[in-house]
Amino acid sequence: MHMLENFLWLIPVLPLLAALLSILVGRHRRSLAAGLAIGAMSISFLLSLGTLCQLISGSLSSWQTTFVWFYFGQTTVPIGLILDPLSAVMLTMVTFVSLLIFVYSVGYMAHDARFARFFSYLSFFAAAMLGVVLSNSLLLLFVCWELVGLASYLLIGFWFERPSAAAAAKKAFLTTRIGDVFFFLGIVWLYAKTGTLLLKDGGRGCLDGPQLALLVSQHTVMGLTVAAAISLLIFCGAAGKSGQFPLHVWLPDAMEGPTPVSALIHAATMVAAGVYLIARVYPLVSVGSHSALTVIAWVGAFTAFFAATIAIAQNDIKRILAYSTISQLGFMMLGLATGGVAVGMFHLITHAFFKALLFLGAGSVIHGCSEEQDIRKMGGLRKLMPITFVTYTVGMLALSGFPLVFSGFWSKDAILESAHGWPLSQGPFLMASVAAVLTAFYMTRQMFYVFFGESRLPQVHPHESPAVMTMPLIILAAFAVVLGFMGTPAWPWFQNFIEMRQVPAADFANFMEPAFLGTLLLSTLIVAVGLGFGWFLYGRKAVPAMTEPDVLDAASPGLFRVLAGKYFVDEFYEATCVRVHGLFARFCAWLDGHLWSNFISMIKWDVLSFARLSRNFDVAVIDGGFDSGCETIQSGGERTSQLQSGQEQRYLKWIGLALFLLLVWLFWGARG
Amino acid sequence: MNLSFLIPAIILLVGAAAANTLRNLVHCVLALTLAFAGFALLYFGLGAEFLGLVQLLVYVGAVAILIAFTVLLTGGGTAGEQTVLSPRWLQGFLLAGAMFLLLGYGISKSRFTAHAATSVRSYPVSLIGDALITSYALPLEMLGVLLTVATIGGVVLAIREPRQASQSVKVDQ
Amino acid sequence: MTSLTLYLLLAALIFAAGLALAVTRRNAILVLAGVELMLNAANLNFLAFWRFGQHPEALIGFLFVMFSIAIAAAEAAIGLALILAVFRQSHTINIDQIEQLKG
Repeated sequence: MHMLENFLWLIPVLPLLAALLSILVGRHRRSLAAGLAIGAMSISFLLSLGTLCQLISGSLSSWQTTFVWFYFGQTTVPIGLILDPLSAVMLTMVTFVSLLIFVYSVGYMAHDARFARFFSYLSFFAAAMLGVVLSNSLLLLFVCWELVGLASYLLIGFWFERPSAAAAAKKAFLTTRIGDVFFFLGIVWLYAKTGTLLLKDGGRGCLDGPQLALLVSQHTVMGLTVAAAISLLIFCGAAGKSGQFPLHVWLPDAMEGPTPVSALIHAATMVAAGVYLIARVYPLVSVGSHSALTVIAWVGAFTAFFAATIAIAQNDIKRILAYSTISQLGFMMLGLATGGVAVGMFHLITHAFFKALLFLGAGSVIHGCSEEQDIRKMGGLRKLMPITFVTYTVGMLALSGFPLVFSGFWSKDAILESAHGWPLSQGPFLMASVAAVLTAFYMTRQMFYVFFGESRLPQVHPHESPAVMTMPLIILAAFAVVLGFMGTPAWPWFQNFIEMRQVPAADFANFMEPAFLGTLLLSTLIVAVGLGFGWFLYGRKAVPAMTEPDVLDAASPGLFRVLAGKYFVDEFYEATCVRVHGLFARFCAWLDGHLWSNFISMIKWDVLSFARLSRNFDVAVIDGGFDSGCETIQSGGERTSQLQSGQEQRYLKWIGLALFLLLVWLFWGARG
Repeated sequence: MNLSFLIPAIILLVGAAAANTLRNLVHCVLALTLAFAGFALLYFGLGAEFLGLVQLLVYVGAVAILIAFTVLLTGGGTAGEQTVLSPRWLQGFLLAGAMFLLLGYGISKSRFTAHAATSVRSYPVSLIGDALITSYALPLEMLGVLLTVATIGGVVLAIREPRQASQSVKVDQ
Repeated sequence: MTSLTLYLLLAALIFAAGLALAVTRRNAILVLAGVELMLNAANLNFLAFWRFGQHPEALIGFLFVMFSIAIAAAEAAIGLALILAVFRQSHTINIDQIEQLKG
């Protein structure tokens, strides 16, 4: 049954090849580029599905392959791929959602001049992301991590003619880079301690028993175990990619990219990579004392709350969704920290589907409203764009956690339950609950602004999007509903699959457990409060016009200004970090211009003088010597030729003289 | 030092000296002939009669005549236009003198194992003939070839081209 | 002074005389004459050694001289033919004036 595993490497490589080929065939072969991307992704999806089925059927539990990348001296640097339930589930989700978004992009980017390049960037991103998922080596993971960041930069800044887009791409790259520096330190420390970067290597990997025991036994600053310290460093990288506070600032600005990019990267896959990373190294994070988990839980909970408060005051349709993503990522981190891999991953999977759905729906709205993104300028799209409206509603309800039917309810409920059951503190639970209320509230607000009421831009004639864009919406909506049933407490298939336990049969009796029932009711209450409040403020009468302040703004303008201004975090960073960096950059420029360039000039002078010296030596000594030698020979020859005077008698005299001398020599040698 | 040595020696020396110093070219040639004759006498004294006769026949009879002919053909009989000796004649005399002194020195310093006192024996010509035919057959043949070549070469060199009559006869006055 | 030494000295003297003749006289024919004198002096030298040396019955020196005379005669013939040819060319036998072949 290992045939499929031999093709495991194809899953990331095929999209990479598609990306390269798309670049090479030129910008005019649009259908070829799109076809290559979609074709490669389809094959990857089928392969991923195949591996998932194999794992489900139980013919395989966990499988890794390792090969050596390069040698230096006696040391080898191995990298490898791993296939276990965690990676199989993630693979399937990533390939499936990517495939749907690729299809969507055919319609969305149809009018763009750089259509082919867009698809090659998308394929490249998909290849890197799949590399992150499959990697069994922290080195390979880091390499693919950085490539994902690069792809994100290229895609956010796709419309680079807009200075805001270019700035947003740069901001995304730099902010995640800060997290990645700490991530790299963690990797280096881990390698130094354990001597390997393979995660699972038959007992020798850094997540295997002996290594973990070693890492737990040693202590470092502030009484942390080495394991916890490394976990926190790795979490810095995850925090950067997943937009946890304080490295969240790039995500809202990343909305400058095209909407499919936002859907793929900043909803479903790349931002989830941070969560996936923590899930992947979970044995390291959870071993020994729980200091790392505590930090992750608090950061996640705070991020969820923080971002949700900002979202209620935003007016850009995509920015609301961006802050919503940040908030949900906080939820995922909280789930990981308090409930384990299964809880966090379940919410990651369900969130991928309904957030991608919401973004694609927002893209459909923007496309239909001719690139209008301010919700205050939209309205009444319920009748004008019915399919979009229905699917968007499904997504919104899933996100809010509408009870029982939608997947978001089950996944968020699991998180709240584990947060409530966390022994250390109830603070995260409270923050998460409030965030959930706010989630339902701001989504309702958005819905009323965008879809209900009268159309505020009749001159544009908003129209429904073409089928190539609405089909993915419908498919995603279906999944947003269906996926939930894989993780209900009655039949916790997902949790058991991830943690590689036996999957029990459906048991509705689990519903009746008191603790669970309590959380169930609480979740329902949360949703009801949020939806109701939203309806109360925005649904009863028409939304305010552009010139009037928002309802909340009218209620408390100061607080609204703070929220709308995102707590001025960006401005704070601008004033401190960015300014300091600017000073440093100017200092380096001065140094370069004066010190180093003078140094280089000096070297240049030396080299030039040496060259001149060498040339003079060459001309005078070598050429001159050679010339004078030749001249000597020539003049000597001239003088010698004068011996041939034509006077035969003179020749005779010379002969006689020579004979004389020979005789002298002969007699001299013969004397005695 | 007996007479059979002394007289030819004197003749030789006189002839050589005369050839060196006489102005008239014909006189020089005659002096040379005398020297050749002196040589022949010396050969007789050494017991090489055959060679003495050959010397007389060849040198006196042929070479000297040849030289005389050439002198006449080139109009060398007229003398006295310029100096007899070439410029830088001193170098030549010095060279000759040095050569003689050196050779004399070498001769005097050498110790010869001489079988001087043996009487002069004459060897029959048949002995010479035998040696020529048997041991020295090759040199003899080569000599024949050489003489043939010399003859032909001499004719070729000296022959007058059949050109205009005015150009050919231009004896210098 | 043995006879041999006398003969050798005489031969050396005549050799020097021939050399003097060859290098000091202006006339080309006399140069040739000098060469002939030198050859004859050498012949005398050979004969002296033959006579006063070992194994005179082997006739080595004798035959050497014989060949030498023959060759000298041939050489004299050629030399004189050459002088004639040169004379026809340049109408002088003053070898100081025949100097076209110079470097």
